[in-house]
Amino acid sequence: MADVKLAFIVQRPQYKSETSRLGITHAISYQTVEVLLEDGETITPTLCFLGEGVLGLTKGQKAMEAYGITSTEAHVKNALLVDLDVLVCKEDMARYGIPEESLPNAEEMGADKTIQVVPYSEIQKAISGAKHVLFF
Amino acid sequence: MGVLTIGCFPGLVGSGVYDFALKLADAAAGKGHKVNLWFSGNASGSIKAHQKHLKDYPTGEKHLTALLEKGVEICTCEACALARGVTKPDAIPGVQWNAMHWYLAKVYSTDRLLHIGGE
Repeated sequence: MADVKLAFIVQRPQYKSETSRLGITHAISYQTVEVLLEDGETITPTLCFLGEGVLGLTKGQKAMEAYGITSTEAHVKNALLVDLDVLVCKEDMARYGIPEESLPNAEEMGADKTIQVVPYSEIQKAISGAKHVLFF
Repeated sequence: MGVLTIGCFPGLVGSGVYDFALKLADAAAGKGHKVNLWFSGNASGSIKAHQKHLKDYPTGEKHLTALLEKGVEICTCEACALARGVTKPDAIPGVQWNAMHWYLAKVYSTDRLLHIGGE
């Protein structure tokens, strides 16, 4: 009967490999894990984007048209919709010249959460507070 | 004895990491630990049966079968496998098929997690 905190760290660019996408979808799967756990057992994931992982998060992606696959933007919106905390490293955003305004939100889908652009120190806190850290 | 969960994402061929993950699982199971092995991404294709072991390539089947006999729980991401054209009838008997939440459920109660995130 406890909550286990997990930190999912995406550090590779979207679309370059499957790994970064799997980081998002594995985190989202916390939504259905209860069918395999006992009553009172829960998992709380935090999804963090670091380094090159911040690339490919901008809104307006046309992955379905270009590649025939669901976009990272859609996956991130789904993550927000299922109440995941999504943290993006502020320093790495600045390093790549990505403005915060370019990030998507899922307000139109009814999500309460929004992407949080935070200093690395905040991501470090999420890592420190997690029982397990999963790097993608 | 403890519980070790390994999430393995790199493919069978082209990465020595996969081979390492199986050897580590074998060593842990040999010491009496409970071991869970999750395959996702390219690793999911490694559960296909009837692999021919050519000496220039690593093989998964022989080792996976041995791990299953030792009681190691092995599960592949069903979607990842199907996307690679591997279906249940093609798979090594005893390998479980499930979604990503299987992995998270094992992570919940594991003592140690080794997550190998792939290429």
